[in-house]
Amino acid sequence: MKSRIPITILIAALMFFAGYAALFIAPDERTMHEIQRIFYFHLGSWTAMFTALTVAFVANVGWLLTRKPNWDWLGVSAVEVGVVACTSGLITGVLWGKPAWGIWWTWDARLTTCFILWLLYISYLILRGLIEEPQRRATLSAVFGIFAFLDAPLVYASNRLWRTQHPAPVIFGGPESELDPTMGKVLLICMSAMLVVMAVVLVDRYRLERMRHEVDELRVEAETRATTAGPALSPATRN
Amino acid sequence: MSTARAAAILLAKELRLEFRTRELLNATIVFALVVVVLFSFSFDPTSAESRRLGPGLLWIAFLFAGSLMLHPSFGREQANQTLDALRMAPISPFALLLGKMLANFLFLSAAELILVPIFAVLYNVSLAGVVCRMAIVLAMGTAGLCITGTVFSAIAAHARMRELLLPLLLLPILAPLLIAAVEATASLFAERPALDRTWLAFLGGFDIVFLTASWLLSDFLLEE
Repeated sequence: MKSRIPITILIAALMFFAGYAALFIAPDERTMHEIQRIFYFHLGSWTAMFTALTVAFVANVGWLLTRKPNWDWLGVSAVEVGVVACTSGLITGVLWGKPAWGIWWTWDARLTTCFILWLLYISYLILRGLIEEPQRRATLSAVFGIFAFLDAPLVYASNRLWRTQHPAPVIFGGPESELDPTMGKVLLICMSAMLVVMAVVLVDRYRLERMRHEVDELRVEAETRATTAGPALSPATRN
Repeated sequence: MSTARAAAILLAKELRLEFRTRELLNATIVFALVVVVLFSFSFDPTSAESRRLGPGLLWIAFLFAGSLMLHPSFGREQANQTLDALRMAPISPFALLLGKMLANFLFLSAAELILVPIFAVLYNVSLAGVVCRMAIVLAMGTAGLCITGTVFSAIAAHARMRELLLPLLLLPILAPLLIAAVEATASLFAERPALDRTWLAFLGGFDIVFLTASWLLSDFLLEE
C-alpha cells in the first residue's frame, strides 16, 4: 500500500506537466489554433487503447495456451482499460471534430473502426458478465477476444476501401504533414503520460481481479466447510 | 474418422432434424420477409431508390435473420445435453463445428433463394442477367455469416440471455462483411451490372480468416 503514494504523486505530476505542455508550451497551430491542443490527449488515448487491446489479445492467447488464471485477469483488465481509453479517444475526437471539421462525426475509416472496436469490446465485457462458471467464462471470452482483435484490421480495410471509392466529406487535416519539433516533443510527453496512466490503472485492475478470485475461492471453501461441519455449526456460519 | 466424413454425418443429422419440423427455415424466411416489407415504409421504393438502398436492405435482412436463426444451432443441443454426447464421439471438435456451419449455410442459403426473387419483385430490381454472379456474392457473404455465427452460437449457448447475446456479439464482427457484401451486391444492381472483384476478394478473405480462426480455436470452444 505504501508504494501507492509515490506512484500517485508521480502520475499526477506527469499528467499535470503533460497538460501544461499541451496548453502552454506547444506552439499555436496555423489553421486550427487552440482547438488543436486537444489533439495531444486525443492521440494519447488512442495509443493507450491500442496498447491495452494488444495486451488483451496476448492475454487471451496466453490463457488458452497455459490456463493460468493470471492471463484471464490480465485479459479482462486490459479490455476494461482499453474501453475507457477508447471512450476518451472518441469523446475528445468528437469535441475536436465540431470546431475543426464543422461536424461532430464523420464515417471515416478510422472513426468507424474505433467505434466498432468500442462496441466489440463492450460486448466482450457483457459476455463475461453473463457466464457464471469461471473456467468457461475465461475460455469463451478469450475466443471472442481473439475474434474481435482479428476483426479490427478487416473493419479498417473495408472502410478504407469503401471511403476512398466514395470521397469523404472532410479530409483528415492533422498536423502530421509537417510537425513542429516542439509539438513533437509535447506529443511524446502526452502520449507517454497517457500510457503510464493506462499501465497503472491496468495493474490496479489486475490486482482487483486477483482479489475477487481469492474472495470467490474463500467463499467456496467456507461453504464446503459449513456443509461438511454438520448442523451444529452451519446456522451460525450461514447468518 | 476423417474430419470431412464426420462433418458430413453431422450435416445429415442437422438436415434430418430440420426437415422433420421445418420450423427454423419457415420462421427465418417469414422474419426476413417482415424486415423487407417494413423497410418499404422507410423510403419511397421507386426503381432508382431501390437500386441505391436495396443492397443494404437485403443484407441487413439477412444479417438479422441469420443472427436469430443461428442461435438454435447450439441452443437446441442444450435441452437434452446432446452436446455432451457429441463431444464424447471420437471426432475432432472442428468436424462438429464444420457440420453445423454447413447446415446453417444451407438453411440460410435456402431462405435467401426464396427471399431474393420476392425482393426483386417487390422493389422492382431486375436480376435477369446477373443470377450467377449474384449467387456467388450471396454464397460468399452467407459463408462468412455462418462461420462466425456458428462459433458465436457455441459461445452464447453457455451464457444467460443467450438469445439477446448472440446478435450483440455477432453483428459488430460482421461490419466488414456487411460493407463488402453490400458493395458487391450494389455493383450487380447498377444500370450496367459489373461485379466488383475487389469486394468479392474481400469477402473471400473474411471467410478464410475466420474459418482458419475457428479451426484453430475449435478445441477450446467445444471443450467441457
